[in-house]
Amino acid sequence: MTSIPMPEEGTLTTKPVVDETNYLKSAYGIKSWLLTQDHKRIAIMYMIGIGIAFLLGGLFALAVRLELWTPTKTIVEAATYNKLFTLHGAIMTFLVLVPSIPAILGNFVLPMMLGAKDVAFPKLNLLSFYLWLLGAIGFVVVLFAGDLDTGWTFYAPYSIRTQTAVALAATGAFILGFSSILTGLNFMVTIHKMRAKTMGWFRMPLLLWGLYATSVIQIVATPVIGITVGMLFLEKLFHIGFFDPKLGGDPVLFEHFFWFYSHPVVYVMILPAMGVISEIITAMSRKHIFGYTFIAFSSIAIALFGFLVWGHHMFVSGQSSLMSTIFSLLTFSVSIPSAIKVFNWLATMYKGSISLAPPMLFAMGFLFLFGIGGLTGLFLGTLNTDVHLHDTYFIVAHFHYTMMGSALIGLIGGLFFYWPKIFGRMYSHLLGTISFILIFVGFNLTFIPQFLMGSMGMPRRYYNYPPEFQAYHQWSTVGSFVLAAGLFTALWCFIHSLFRGEKAPDNPWGAVTLDWKTSSPPHHHNFDIVPPVTDPYDMDDVYWDEESKGYISRSQQAALQELAAGVSGTQEKNS
Amino acid sequence: MPERASSYAAEVDWAFNFVFWISVFFFALIVILTVVFAIKYRRRPGVEADNSITHNTKLEVFWSVVPLGLVIVIFWFGFSGFVDMRTFPKDAMVVKVHAKMWSWSFEYPNGVESTTLHVPLGQKVKLRMDSSDVLHSFWVPAFRVKQDVVPGRYTYLWFEAIKTGTFRVLCTEYCGTGHSTMLSAVEVQSPEAFKAWMAEESSGKNLSPVERGKKVFSLKGCAGCHTVTKDRKKLVGPGLYGIFGHEVTLAGGKKVLADENYLRESILDPNAKVVNGFPPIMSLIPLKDKELDGVIEYLKSLKD
Repeated sequence: MTSIPMPEEGTLTTKPVVDETNYLKSAYGIKSWLLTQDHKRIAIMYMIGIGIAFLLGGLFALAVRLELWTPTKTIVEAATYNKLFTLHGAIMTFLVLVPSIPAILGNFVLPMMLGAKDVAFPKLNLLSFYLWLLGAIGFVVVLFAGDLDTGWTFYAPYSIRTQTAVALAATGAFILGFSSILTGLNFMVTIHKMRAKTMGWFRMPLLLWGLYATSVIQIVATPVIGITVGMLFLEKLFHIGFFDPKLGGDPVLFEHFFWFYSHPVVYVMILPAMGVISEIITAMSRKHIFGYTFIAFSSIAIALFGFLVWGHHMFVSGQSSLMSTIFSLLTFSVSIPSAIKVFNWLATMYKGSISLAPPMLFAMGFLFLFGIGGLTGLFLGTLNTDVHLHDTYFIVAHFHYTMMGSALIGLIGGLFFYWPKIFGRMYSHLLGTISFILIFVGFNLTFIPQFLMGSMGMPRRYYNYPPEFQAYHQWSTVGSFVLAAGLFTALWCFIHSLFRGEKAPDNPWGAVTLDWKTSSPPHHHNFDIVPPVTDPYDMDDVYWDEESKGYISRSQQAALQELAAGVSGTQEKNS
Repeated sequence: MPERASSYAAEVDWAFNFVFWISVFFFALIVILTVVFAIKYRRRPGVEADNSITHNTKLEVFWSVVPLGLVIVIFWFGFSGFVDMRTFPKDAMVVKVHAKMWSWSFEYPNGVESTTLHVPLGQKVKLRMDSSDVLHSFWVPAFRVKQDVVPGRYTYLWFEAIKTGTFRVLCTEYCGTGHSTMLSAVEVQSPEAFKAWMAEESSGKNLSPVERGKKVFSLKGCAGCHTVTKDRKKLVGPGLYGIFGHEVTLAGGKKVLADENYLRESILDPNAKVVNGFPPIMSLIPLKDKELDGVIEYLKSLKD
């Protein structure tokens, strides 16, 4: 074998300039990305990876919607349809929504919000990413090699009987679980140990409270899904008899195991989104957050109550009526902290100075969609109405409003908010606004008809359906394509910004948290000098600077001047 | 909501509407405030935000306690309705429901079986449900009742129909390829009509083997996977029209003649010889000797 000599990195014609004050330019070459321990670069790798997974999951959703255009066969056979909705659900849940905000935005801003150089365990952080990638590859293999037709819920005993690649998908979910646990652990330790010296718990930005509550869930609940899919794997291969009634197992046990994780995981999706919304609303309204303590503690309350409500997925499963009653009562307890947050956000807008730039549009869209998602949850927590609505399109619409309408809108709004910080480029507000309008209209057009037909008698996961529902299905399908157009517009807006965007100021929105008190894009090590910690929502700390077209922090400026005076003072002494 | 045809449909709808109007109120509140604030306090040059307001404990406690009170009321309505659904009357007629991929069958106290559920108007009916394979769920939208059917145990529900007519039964727990075709119906008849139907069903003792086989074929849900029409349309399993006496290609390429013994083996041990191009997923359906004989005769009769 002869080896062809490859040119070494950097020996090509022009050598890129290494710039420590910009993490995007602090090192070059593919290795500097793939082996990076910089939380910011890891965040960007997640952004690309999750983006691709989202595209894939979205295409499956469009295929599902197209198939439902007519009450019988439209484009695919029943078996294929079942695989499409299964892969849509599994990819969107495990690969997209669970990691989304923590892995992308959390990774990027969490250390900066704390005034830290990085997360506590940078190598572990990189490992989390590769575990995610491995799990993602597992799902892609499932897709091409074995298929999967159980629904994302893997309910036994169907999942044990089916010929499709359940064991492989279970392995994928298991690996993804570890990615999630390690991220949670990393964030939790970082928040405990690496806050700037004067940053007490109640001087932390609310996004960090959200991420902290999320970490608790990830660490406590995720091992249970690991065990569950592990048991399913063993059952499938060795016929042990955990869940298969033919072997003396109990299928309802599987449901308990499954929802013990899968209910709290909804809060893994939504709590970080709520954190992002808290940051956006206060910055874009130029107003101190209303009721900081209530919002902070409501995040913790949601995380804790969230563990006690899994049985509301099982009111008609055959669990005892007493258990259903208790779970119904506990379920309503979760609605209170969510309501508190919404009212506090509204009160934050009161007497503000509200900018209607894209991040704020998405935040207001979040209030609307989360409002519907949360309130329709009341119908499902109520025992006798849930009996009727369970496993219908009403549920499908409800969880899309909460998981997509809230978590994903939070992510997109968050991307519009943090984009200037992440890439140092502004984007076209017009494109951002158009994408918002399309997403908002498309989303409601897709899912409002689903509420209607669900309550009228349309079950979920139906390939064929009674013809009287056709008009609703067609509206929904049209809506899904409008939604897709909106998402592609947002993507176009971002790509356009990378190449054509104006240079972003360090603090375009006037936020007070520490992540906005470094350059855009940030230094390789986040800060030259860690800025002084203030009340994270003290709007008097920042003022508009016409010259840089951004906001400047008074406390940071004062500290820098003091430092400069100190340095020159010592110099004078020495000379 | 669909039409109301059971005794507790009205109660469910009442709770639904109660929650609906509470939701409308809060949703309107949120949307109106968002829009009004966004317009009234939009950013204008020279106008600063009023940063003197950071919290108001009294107000925050107020908007925590009021929703708490409301959800407790909602819980109570849902709970009391649920208690009615779960309190089984002693004088109910018990019908056994057998669910399997992908069909329903109903067995009455006198042993009569049918593929649609017949019930008399105004009679309390209790269903004892079992599944021979995976999870299913029995739903009658017009009755507002739903209950999962779990293999390995019995589950129950009850209702009292208050309206005559035919109402849809759907499976609402995903159960594989034929999930969306796992449909049936409830026929609510006047007590006299029900009696007449029952008399007719139980009289037909002296069926010919072919007629008996046809009935078994339908009751046991064979038609969920196999067509018997001349076009031999494929569902999950092969179409059975004209199969007797013809050669079939098995998975692996081997060819066998579909004689009586082949049919018998394929019914008693479904996955022993699987036809090429079909998944080996048929579950064993226990048949009495007479039923087995009938089905084979029926399959033999499916020809030009």
